[in-house]
Amino acid sequence: MTSILTNLFDGVAYGMLLFVLACGLAVTLGLMNFVNLAHGAFAMAGGYVCMLLVNQHGWPFFAALPLAFVSSAVIGIVLERALYRHLYTRSHLDQVLFTIGLTFMSVAAVDYMQGSSRVFINLPAALEGQFDVFGVGIGRYRLMIIVICGLLTIGLQMVLAKTRFGSRLRAAVDDPRAASGLGINVPQVFAFTFAFGCGLAGLGGALSAEILGLDPYFPLKFMIYFLIVVTVGGSSSITGPFLASLLLGIGDVAGKYYVPKMGPFVIYTMMIVILIWRPNGLFGRTAAR
Amino acid sequence: MSASSDVGFHAQRHARWHYGEAAFWLIVLACGFLFPSRYLIMTDILRLALFAMSLDLILGYAGIVSLGHAAFFGVGAYAAGLLALHGVINEPVLALIAAGLAATVLGFATSFLVIRGVDLTRLMVTLGIALLLEALAERFSNITGGTDGLQGIEMQPILGQIPFDMFGKAGFFYSLAVLFVLFLLARRIVHSPFGLSLRAIKNNPLRAAAIGIPVNRRLIAIYTFAAFYAGIAGALFTQTTAIASLDVFAFDRSADLMLVLVIGGTGYLYGGLIGAVIFRMLQEVFSTITPQYWQFWIGLVLVVIVLVGRQRLHYGVLFLPNLLIKQIAGRKAVVTVPESEA
Repeated sequence: MTSILTNLFDGVAYGMLLFVLACGLAVTLGLMNFVNLAHGAFAMAGGYVCMLLVNQHGWPFFAALPLAFVSSAVIGIVLERALYRHLYTRSHLDQVLFTIGLTFMSVAAVDYMQGSSRVFINLPAALEGQFDVFGVGIGRYRLMIIVICGLLTIGLQMVLAKTRFGSRLRAAVDDPRAASGLGINVPQVFAFTFAFGCGLAGLGGALSAEILGLDPYFPLKFMIYFLIVVTVGGSSSITGPFLASLLLGIGDVAGKYYVPKMGPFVIYTMMIVILIWRPNGLFGRTAAR
Repeated sequence: MSASSDVGFHAQRHARWHYGEAAFWLIVLACGFLFPSRYLIMTDILRLALFAMSLDLILGYAGIVSLGHAAFFGVGAYAAGLLALHGVINEPVLALIAAGLAATVLGFATSFLVIRGVDLTRLMVTLGIALLLEALAERFSNITGGTDGLQGIEMQPILGQIPFDMFGKAGFFYSLAVLFVLFLLARRIVHSPFGLSLRAIKNNPLRAAAIGIPVNRRLIAIYTFAAFYAGIAGALFTQTTAIASLDVFAFDRSADLMLVLVIGGTGYLYGGLIGAVIFRMLQEVFSTITPQYWQFWIGLVLVVIVLVGRQRLHYGVLFLPNLLIKQIAGRKAVVTVPESEA
């Protein structure tokens, strides 16, 4: 019984992490309809920035996290303005090729600068180990992830639903032409959203170094996971990808624990079945436009 | 002249053999005699060309974007390896066909998943199938040899006559023959009414359905057929290198394949062949400059190609040869400009 609860807890932490990593992609892929396979590269950038700051410059872990966010967001906005925005109207094939190219470049570049082995971030002692609540083992680090990611999710939902920017974004996504006719600066809204999504990915990358492992092949290894979250979750709201992340996280942890021999088999089968059953995602509203 | 006979006239004229095409194949054949020390790399290029032609059939003619074409390559490779290893079918040509058929079965089974949904779902499903097969191959390592791959494959002589030699001469001519035969078949098919209907589907599925083309059935047919080609390419890989390992399913393989086709251009069959040559050359150059980081430069090539625009790039490359042909022969260019991308 307790092992089930511990697994559930780990799964939730894993899922939350996936959500923070992938929700930027939910916006670009699901809402802006841009196939960005290079999303993991931004996550990796954040992870490496955090690692360098903590391990080599002795920054405290919690001070390095915001910087991971900022650095990925800056890289994101530079690339968006310089390259990505030319490709919004191009075919999916072009977008796929372009972002695969970027992914390959990022993998080789990080390999060149930092070596190909897995890196670890030195965590503060307060985050290590675990404690028991009614016999259920709770990892401190995972608890922190759940808290941070939970707060972020609530914050995102509030921003999207309540603020002026949120309504602008929703308007720009629903109908870019009508939105720009109403005086909304659509490219600016998209650029800002893209950068914010990249920043979140960077933060997720920094947080995930401990759990998912951080090495130059991160963008390729986890690309499929991000895509699953978005396609399974659908793009109608932020709740869809969130629930899909939790499902994926719990499913993956449980799968690895109870049927270790099947490995990633469970996840891929689940994804294909769900996509066949509901091509627009579990919580999708319309087809990807 | 009525409209239908007019269309038929143009289609037939388009389907005729040009001198340029004959010259192309003669040059390829001549390479086999001119560079006897380069058989291994040339065989590699031929395999890649066949694999790229397979993707061209579904991407260039039917407009299906696939990120998991390595699935069929891998199935063909393992099928050929297992057939040879356990001595089920010893004769390479028969084994080749059997391996191709194994991939065909998988292609047929998965085509129903692929024709559903839009580009994005297709990308995901094809990618998912390739990853699934990779996971399966790893799981059943007692059959596939796991990460070590299938080892100790002994190839019997081709047609019981020509043994594979260590310099790869037999392998090269064998691959070339297979490629040429399959090319003829593909050429026949894309110029047939069936092939024309595929182009109609690619340009506008709704309109194609409205004029009475059974869209889904045509897509299933071409997807299955392309799977056969990819399976043969995979089987050639195993037969000429005598090894099959997990990386036949790798995502890199599917991604590289896209690059090959993008370099060469889609929708005129030669794109895969030309792209394969250029891709391998680029790879050679990059890996001599920076052995470990050649992927960076491959990525850069992809990014630049997309930013410049594939259309413009091909026009630029073909500008000079077309001009020369116009000046010298005084007639319309024979070098086909790749069709526009939907």
